[in-house]
Amino acid sequence: MTARTTFAAVAPWAAAALVLLLAVVSLLLGAADVNVWALFTDAEAWQVVTVSRVPRTAALILSGAALAVAGLIMQHLARNRFVAPSTAGTVDAAGLGLLVATISFAGSSIMVKIVIAMLFALAGTALFIGVIQRIQFKDVIFVPLVGLVLGGVFAAIAEFIAYRFNLTQTLSIWMNGDFSGVIQGRYETLWLAGAVALIAYLFANRFTAAGMGREFATNIGVNYRAWMTTGLVIAAMVTAVVVVTVGAIPFLGLIVPNIVTLMLGDNLRRVLPTTALTGAALVLACDILGRTLIYPYEIAVGTIVGVIGSGVFLVLIMRRRNTYAAA
Amino acid sequence: MIAIDSVTKSYGDATVVDAVSLTLPDSGVTSIIGPNGAGKSTLLSIVSRILGADAGVVSVEGLDVFSAPSREVAKRLSILRQDQHLTARITVRELVEFGRFPHSHGRLTPECREAVASAIEYCDLAELADRPIHQLSGGQRQRAFVAMVLAQDTRYVLLDEPLNNLDMVHATGLMRLLRSLADDHGKSIVLVLHDINYASVYSDRIIAMRGGAVVQDGPPTEVITEAALEDVYGMEFRVHEVDGERIAAYYR
Amino acid sequence: MPRPERTSSSPAETSPRETVATVPVGPERAHRPSAPSEHAHPSRRTALLFAGLALALGGAIALFLTWGVDGHWDFALPRRLEQVAALAVVGIAIAVSTVVFQTLTQNRILTPSIMGFDALYVLVATTLVFFLGAATAEAIDPLAMFALNAGLMMGAATALFRWVLGDGTRGLYTMVLVGVIAGTFFSSLTSFMFRVMNPNEFDTLMDQLFASFNAIDTGLLGIAAVLLGAGIVAVYWMAPRLDVLGLGRERAITLGLPYQRTVTTLLLIVAALVSVSTALVGPITFLGLLAANVAYQLTRTHRHVINLTAAALISVLALVLGQALLAHVLHFNGTLSAIINVVGGIYFIVLLLREAHA
Repeated sequence: MTARTTFAAVAPWAAAALVLLLAVVSLLLGAADVNVWALFTDAEAWQVVTVSRVPRTAALILSGAALAVAGLIMQHLARNRFVAPSTAGTVDAAGLGLLVATISFAGSSIMVKIVIAMLFALAGTALFIGVIQRIQFKDVIFVPLVGLVLGGVFAAIAEFIAYRFNLTQTLSIWMNGDFSGVIQGRYETLWLAGAVALIAYLFANRFTAAGMGREFATNIGVNYRAWMTTGLVIAAMVTAVVVVTVGAIPFLGLIVPNIVTLMLGDNLRRVLPTTALTGAALVLACDILGRTLIYPYEIAVGTIVGVIGSGVFLVLIMRRRNTYAAA
Repeated sequence: MIAIDSVTKSYGDATVVDAVSLTLPDSGVTSIIGPNGAGKSTLLSIVSRILGADAGVVSVEGLDVFSAPSREVAKRLSILRQDQHLTARITVRELVEFGRFPHSHGRLTPECREAVASAIEYCDLAELADRPIHQLSGGQRQRAFVAMVLAQDTRYVLLDEPLNNLDMVHATGLMRLLRSLADDHGKSIVLVLHDINYASVYSDRIIAMRGGAVVQDGPPTEVITEAALEDVYGMEFRVHEVDGERIAAYYR
Repeated sequence: MPRPERTSSSPAETSPRETVATVPVGPERAHRPSAPSEHAHPSRRTALLFAGLALALGGAIALFLTWGVDGHWDFALPRRLEQVAALAVVGIAIAVSTVVFQTLTQNRILTPSIMGFDALYVLVATTLVFFLGAATAEAIDPLAMFALNAGLMMGAATALFRWVLGDGTRGLYTMVLVGVIAGTFFSSLTSFMFRVMNPNEFDTLMDQLFASFNAIDTGLLGIAAVLLGAGIVAVYWMAPRLDVLGLGRERAITLGLPYQRTVTTLLLIVAALVSVSTALVGPITFLGLLAANVAYQLTRTHRHVINLTAAALISVLALVLGQALLAHVLHFNGTLSAIINVVGGIYFIVLLLREAHA
């Protein structure tokens, strides 16, 4: 028990240190590039760092942290470990929204796209919540399966529309997160996601209460409906911002909160910082890997997270066997 | 005879069944009692090969339950579990017909039909025979599963807490039915019970488990005693003689 | 004679003894007339259902073959017949594999596709190309390549799910979770390999190597049909065992079914069938879900002989109708998999909501 408490106290700092280390690596990575550029002029090398490296690193940290937090909040509100933006139709709905925005408001600003994608993500998630509240059979696995089916429907609608507008390729790029295009002026929207994640931390206790169910929340004077809605808006917003800005990162919101709560327990306020930092660290690490593996080419971070994140998660589940599923 | 030889089962550090050796008789009613987590249901699951053991051997009439052909074991031993959940939509009769699977492998012989009909009648299910299982009440459903086990027509019938979710009318009805199976049909009924008084009144032999081991084993006169029960459950008991039966009181 | 319970809710007050004596017992016989009507005549109901489905399918195929031919019969008919044959093979393979898989997992939302089987096939095929090199892979006879892929896939899928299922005590939760994540894992690994193989044009390479509904690989139709035929024979032969498996793992074991062996055999068959459909048209997520659940709704029985047949008919019907719709109403401006996925997914959600009210 004491070992666990110590661990819980150390975990956020360890995760922060890891993020810091990876951020430095991310800034230095491609240093050879900078030196080649530096042959021409020092100022230009500096520019590369500020225009490209810093934004990319910041974008990685922000989206990783925000997505992990969004996943954690959704888990708590749905009272189901396996509910996350990617298993509740949120990501696919956001993708569909982005597609609709791109087609019907061609040339509109990124904020317009984010708002439309967010509205779709919110509507998609609300539909999911509506469906699972109406079915009686609320099995722990059944619920995310319904979400996956729902997400599949959104994805299929998007695929259909995309095909008609010759955007299939574009859609598949959106649905697979990639930070190679991140430069100054093209990522700042992600700060919005970061801010929203911070708000989630400030009000963590209310989400915990809402997550205990309507009766429990009302009993201790927490407005269940309002906080449920707030939580879903946060999740939808984070998802929409990330999908529109850099593309979807598969299962990040599912994997990171599960790994962290597995080690630290379920207290939302306590695990939230570690979850955010672990999310950031994972995305940073995956992006660094994606940049180095087939240098000078890049592999999209979505692909790497898909391989490493799901791989780690699979090993974890299989090693934990029944105890995990029963938890 | 069912021979259980040094059967052990652990989950991580917790040993649920700890080197249990027992023989279960060819006839009569044998009850297994004990506190929660004593390993009763786990032992029953291992005997019926639903759960693998970490060590030890279980044999039914000389057949090792884990290595002998499953079908041969199924002709000798059947188990009724607590779980009444059924995904498949089937009628009572169809469920009971499944009991014949070890004998017919899905193609019913006239003998099978006879066994099914008499199992349905024996459990008083004739009127419900064509109703889907999921429309039945808990007690009716329990009887349907008992009928399926009857149709399987095995010498050994194991039941894991069959009285769960039954009111006293249905519980007593089921215990009478099990008793008559042993008396009229010469079957060996082995059941896990929480209600020690049902065990006392209906059993020929009572096995008490605690912490994965057998701590008492004998006829009700030996096991339903204040000293023995206190040893098993770690609380106080008063045992009274009521109408010639030994009844334990433990409510205060 | 013990009377454990007097039923209060039984519909008819007939003498139990008499009823037992006169009721025919076999599952294939008609049940007692006084029972509620929906369970009254399963065999007649089934016969009517099959007649209806066969008729609908025949009509759909006729429509598909003749719609807008404009006299170019000798050109259109062979091509369309080939398409119908491919759709039939794919439809049956997906329906049968889904029904079998749902019985194995005791879950009506799961399909081999949701559990990552078709992603695994694509991964296996990609891995083969990865290690052989694209040039060598292209040089190998496509039939041999398919046989190799299907063989590897059967081995990999069965080993994997055997491992995940364990001795059956690991629990459904773990298995479903593993499957869902594994699907992403497999497809990410696939695109990873493609990136490494050819960073510039990996999308084109993928299109070249893998079939889709827009580019059905009809060259494989013959061998796919043979494999499908073998799979169907095996599944129908095992239908009584599937019925028992439908009662759940523990009851199946108690009834003397060699559980591990049966499950392994069935997983092999499912993997083979998924190989067939994926090789011909690529992954299609919700067709199995649609076909199997419509079939359960219509048949209302646990018997696999009936459910498998109904699901197969419905599956082919959906594909042929979808393809006709795509060709003549949408003028190929769309994809069949998207149509099926939208329809299948929405149907399923509606089904869930309707069952919630029932």
